[in-house]
Amino acid sequence: MITIYSARKIITMNPARPEVTHVAVRDGIIVGAGSIKELEGFGDYSLDERFADKVLMPGFVEGHAHTMEGSLWSHTYCGWFDRTDPNGKVWSGVKTIDGVLERLREAEANITDPDAPLPGWQLDPIYMDNAKVTRQQLDTVSETRPIGVMHASGHIMNFNSKALEMAGLLKPGINHPGIPLGADGLPTGELRGPDAYLPVAPYTGFSRDALSVDEDGLRAFGKLCVRTGTTTITDLAARLTENAVPMMLRVTGDPKYPARVVPLRFFLGVTPEELIDHVTELADQSTDRLRMGKIKVVADGSIQGFSARMRAPGYYNGAENGLWYITPDHMAEIYEKALASGIHVHTHTNGDQATELVLDTMEAALRKHPGFDHRFTIQHCQLADAAQFRRMAKLGMCVNLFANHHFYWGDEHYNLTVGPERAERMNACRTALDSGVPMAIHSDAPVTPLGPLFTAWCAVNRITASGRTQGEYEKITVGEALYAITLGAAYTLHLDGEVGSIEAGKKADFAVLEDDPTEMAPDALKDVGVWGTVQGGRIFAAADL
Amino acid sequence: MSLPVTIIGGYLGAGKTTLVNHLLRHANGLRIAVLVNEFGTLPIDADLIEAEDGQMISIAGGCVCCAYGDDMAAAMMDLLALDPRPDHVVLEASGVALPASIAGTVSLLQGFSVDGIVVLADAETAQKNANHKFMGDTVTRQLSQADLVVLNKTDLVQDLGAVTGFVATQTQATVIRATQGQVPPTVLLQSFPDTTLSGPAHAASYYRTLALPADPPMDPQTVAKALAGADLNLLRAKGFVQDASGQRYAIQCVARRAAYEKAAPDAPLGLVAIGLSDTFDEPKIRAALITATLIDA
Repeated sequence: MITIYSARKIITMNPARPEVTHVAVRDGIIVGAGSIKELEGFGDYSLDERFADKVLMPGFVEGHAHTMEGSLWSHTYCGWFDRTDPNGKVWSGVKTIDGVLERLREAEANITDPDAPLPGWQLDPIYMDNAKVTRQQLDTVSETRPIGVMHASGHIMNFNSKALEMAGLLKPGINHPGIPLGADGLPTGELRGPDAYLPVAPYTGFSRDALSVDEDGLRAFGKLCVRTGTTTITDLAARLTENAVPMMLRVTGDPKYPARVVPLRFFLGVTPEELIDHVTELADQSTDRLRMGKIKVVADGSIQGFSARMRAPGYYNGAENGLWYITPDHMAEIYEKALASGIHVHTHTNGDQATELVLDTMEAALRKHPGFDHRFTIQHCQLADAAQFRRMAKLGMCVNLFANHHFYWGDEHYNLTVGPERAERMNACRTALDSGVPMAIHSDAPVTPLGPLFTAWCAVNRITASGRTQGEYEKITVGEALYAITLGAAYTLHLDGEVGSIEAGKKADFAVLEDDPTEMAPDALKDVGVWGTVQGGRIFAAADL
Repeated sequence: MSLPVTIIGGYLGAGKTTLVNHLLRHANGLRIAVLVNEFGTLPIDADLIEAEDGQMISIAGGCVCCAYGDDMAAAMMDLLALDPRPDHVVLEASGVALPASIAGTVSLLQGFSVDGIVVLADAETAQKNANHKFMGDTVTRQLSQADLVVLNKTDLVQDLGAVTGFVATQTQATVIRATQGQVPPTVLLQSFPDTTLSGPAHAASYYRTLALPADPPMDPQTVAKALAGADLNLLRAKGFVQDASGQRYAIQCVARRAAYEKAAPDAPLGLVAIGLSDTFDEPKIRAALITATLIDA
């Protein structure tokens, strides 16, 4: 049976008929998009007018996120910005260290088990004049249960005395660059860098495997997708262990699960041969809502953590160059084997030197294994310059730029990490498109909140948290941004034939919007209301989650 | 007692795997646990492998080897749970890892202590690698973080003096020349039970060892610092001393890194110093020990 939905407007992203009034759906597939008269030709139908005052777009595609955000919401939110949890509760941003402590005290009061840890996340002292949090302050929340609070950057954690004691670090004589000591010779409780905090974090309720999502988390993440209009989402660095895969198949196979999840297998821990074998085997287990078979490689660290690999002139503040997380030989072997096997690889780079290594490695690998339509994608790629985008285009590569970074860390990049000139060209969407590089833009949730319309707003306006426009030249239009969060992202996942536009034969995946993003002022794009989604023809109202 | 960890660093091709296999062949009863983080196939010579059980490989002589991805701490904790417990951990770092960062993490793990950082350099490619477009600064940072640098494959270069001189400009560490990773285990691992220089044929002339009695009471900190002093330029010094109260201490020095900790009352008193023959100064070593002796005890 065909259902025809009417809408105030349907923005199809199909340039041949960009706007229509009706879309017909059968068995989760779009039968046609057009006028009711055109669609009647398919035969019997029922007319569903529930979206008569809504605007439909193709369901948004988030090309770089981590489903473990769903699991993080079991921890206490300590961020500066307001943020909506999977159940729709808006957590107000906390603006002072006292506010953070108060938020933790409220959470502490609700824990019944006296030994249970208290984990918090998304603390952002950058916006609080870089105020330091000490273990003594966290001790005022609890002296008896271990407390750990992860910073928004992911590079620092604060612990209370109990947590340090449990990890054996509440002792004098520690000599570690990431562990500042107080006047008493003991750690202050701020542990900088994963090297320093990873030995303590598991005592405070953080998973040993920071990449993994649990069952509740994956279900919670589905709710965030509905609330943001997202119908296809990546899990960009998954281990896909023998325990995780059946769980993900079960959860996404639930008739009520609202999103198509594309997990990329993280490259570490196995040889390139094993990696290729594993994703090949996983590809065969894929379902409509769990698409496996792709690989994620990480080349360097992050800019705000000063672990990104930079070319000259390096960091603005003179910090030492960052860290490589892979050898060139290892990257080459993965690329070559993946090209030979037709397997899709996405690679994380932040610094421009890391991007250069990817380009050099790709060029050499393609000479050995001339792949066609490989769509290898550089993720983040925040500091690429125009020449690098030109090379990407020639090599057939795609890019997924971290547009949200501008808003959250743009001021930091301008003042501290890379300086004004390179901060203005960071995440160069204009240059990418003008160079002919297929482009997506992303949130990297949970690093920044999932919200493709917010991400589009970032790329269109390039406004930083302090309200400055940073990099006028690299702005893109609303239309280009909407393309980037639909077909653009779908292309980087080899899914553009299935999703990303509303046209006959594609999946019935829609973002159901209260407002028309093409009619609102560009600087209001982030305020477009989201009613919910239609995913594979199934209707999900955010209000009913 | 904490489980000592030796970190083996160095860029690709420097011979880390060969050196580790040499260690395993000459383990002489020491139960070495090798942790590797490399992308290739497991780097243990086939004839040494007794059994493979998932991630853990059993090696002749009670040694084991396992690979870790990006959770070194978890792999280390698994080693602590082994029965029998290993005597020493040899952690083979990836080609791009900074060994001092790994040592920093190890120093934070309960139940472990850092024995030393050994960084290998390939005599043939050391200079080229140090100028590598992408990896140059990583290679030189690795060298700068070493306690001991093993300049490997020295048989393959014409002008060994030049490359030795170059490496010396990149590090404060003592540079040991080697071929095929053949460095005596007793130089590399504090736990090695035997202080004879088993291993390479030239060892007897290239290295020197000196056994020193240590019966009179000494201040352990002074002893450790003296034996790790730049003026003695020792590669390794180890053994047991006692203080004025009769408390015994284990002394562990690798190059300039000095450590001591309390030991059992029956620990055998005595020290052994190992150095390179051409800079070995026996009178100076004996004098340093006398300085540490508590005369009024």
